[in-house]
Amino acid sequence: MKRFQYLLWFAHEHVSFRLHEIEAIASVLKIPIKWIEPPSDKPWYLVELPSEEAVQKLSARSVTMRRAIHLWADEPTVPRLHASLKEKCLNGLLEPYKLKSFKVDVDLFCNSQTQEEKLERIESFSYMPFQGHVDLMNPDVTFQYIEYYGLDPKIVPANPTRTFFGRVVSESGRQLIHELSLKRRKFIGNTSMDPQLSLLMANLGKVSNGDLVLDPFVGSGSLLVAAAKFGGHVIGTDIDFLMLHGRTRPTRKQTRHIARKDESIEANMVQYSCVDKYIDVIVADSAIPFWRSDVEFDCILADPPYGIREPTERIGSKESLPIIKKEGSSVHFPSKIEYGLNEIIKDLMWFSSKHLKLHGRLLFWVPVFRQDYNDAQIARHSCFQLIGNCEQVLTTFTARRLLVFEKIKMPQDTDECSSAIPTSSTFREKYFTHGDENRLTRKQKKAEAAKNKEIWFAKLNNVNVK
Amino acid sequence: MKLLTHNLLSSKSLKGVKVGYPLRIVAKDVKINESKFNKEFVKKIIPKLDWQVFINAAVQIGHNNDLSDELIDDYENNDEFLKKVHHLLVEIEIINGELICPETDRVFPISDGIPNLLLNVNEVP
Repeated sequence: MKRFQYLLWFAHEHVSFRLHEIEAIASVLKIPIKWIEPPSDKPWYLVELPSEEAVQKLSARSVTMRRAIHLWADEPTVPRLHASLKEKCLNGLLEPYKLKSFKVDVDLFCNSQTQEEKLERIESFSYMPFQGHVDLMNPDVTFQYIEYYGLDPKIVPANPTRTFFGRVVSESGRQLIHELSLKRRKFIGNTSMDPQLSLLMANLGKVSNGDLVLDPFVGSGSLLVAAAKFGGHVIGTDIDFLMLHGRTRPTRKQTRHIARKDESIEANMVQYSCVDKYIDVIVADSAIPFWRSDVEFDCILADPPYGIREPTERIGSKESLPIIKKEGSSVHFPSKIEYGLNEIIKDLMWFSSKHLKLHGRLLFWVPVFRQDYNDAQIARHSCFQLIGNCEQVLTTFTARRLLVFEKIKMPQDTDECSSAIPTSSTFREKYFTHGDENRLTRKQKKAEAAKNKEIWFAKLNNVNVK
Repeated sequence: MKLLTHNLLSSKSLKGVKVGYPLRIVAKDVKINESKFNKEFVKKIIPKLDWQVFINAAVQIGHNNDLSDELIDDYENNDEFLKKVHHLLVEIEIINGELICPETDRVFPISDGIPNLLLNVNEVP
């Protein structure tokens, strides 16, 4: 079978998610990937794929990739790239594209260029026997030229260390990130997940057409929107009645004084034309079993509450608190107690061991305090294998990690589960106190600097006076 | 709430309840939403259903049609059948109504299409 070499060109963000994403998509679409170069942190993968159609399908779902390029030349220096291309042009590489309208895109990785320099670079390919006209808006064919200057922005070499040239085969699924932008989304909450990360989760969760997907901490439903975009039929549950009914305090600053109207997860699904994939949301406490005993989901996605911007709670009472029941309302407002992060995670894993299909994936985020983190704290369950553990840095001190699990066996009585992430109350405490300390020292430093400046000025003035 | 969801829910978490399935439905407000037929989904979801409960639920809310109590054998290739299932499963929506525990008669309200399964502290074992 004839195979082709492709360069998958990535956006340089969420690097630790990249390989997991590509492998998961390839597995869902059953596309065999042969690595020409072992995958690295560099912003590209060099792969061999069975067909151009396979490349298009693969890139259409990826949100870490920018575009897929049919590689024509891959050389360490610019002159060698041109030499190689010249030779290939003589051998008729350009023949099928000769008469088509075209454009050339230039990317410099870890360096910048002015418009003039960019034009110069494009002009340097003028030896290529193009006969078609340049069309920047709607070209028949797009070419990509890439100069790579390394990964360290502090040490940028004078010349690129690697150069690529090729024909763009397809764009990636990144336009979905803009399509699902929270800025224009009808219903959002305080903790709505960023669209790119939601889409990444749906990809890592191997969501495919006709799957039944559950989010047990659904909130405003960001994860469900992404899962629905990739063909999942979605169900969500949440303990927050007002959230699911779109009656919480408005999230957007500009419209703080106006109550939410017609906002709901379903409305979001309508907005993104995937309401066909929306099944239901249910007000329920995920800590208590309420699913039929043998229900199986194909994928379980969750962003559990950490106690920073939303309370971690479940139904229960510490003391004999009175049960709150508003007169004349059919809605119950049961009292709730603190529900520790490790408890949430263990419950979620036990639940998934029963209600996730075999080889299905369970994904959830956990907050970590970066200094204290080590891999031993991560949740484990004998039914699950850890596939990925990707860090998203939030502040200097804090991060959250996306844990990706695959169910490897059916549950037994002897199953074990553990999770020892420093508990959410300490996380919360640290999250706030550490920031305070930091702010305090910053304030002191500033004050000191101002004082020094004054002394310095005073001295300067003295000198002047003398 | 769609009939698919009804098929998956139980009230087993209530104190003293053993099975809590199936929940009885009282439908006060029913809406029909047309939605795109996804053959793949319907094929995959049928084995996950309690078929008998599904048919009974359809009858309970007055959408009795000609699907039989027994699931037919080669449904995977029967588009007409799959479309009927699709209609009952996801196109019929209970906007307002109640789900009722078969053992304790505890009522779980459905409002704006969203069922509320929250329990009070004294109802949890």
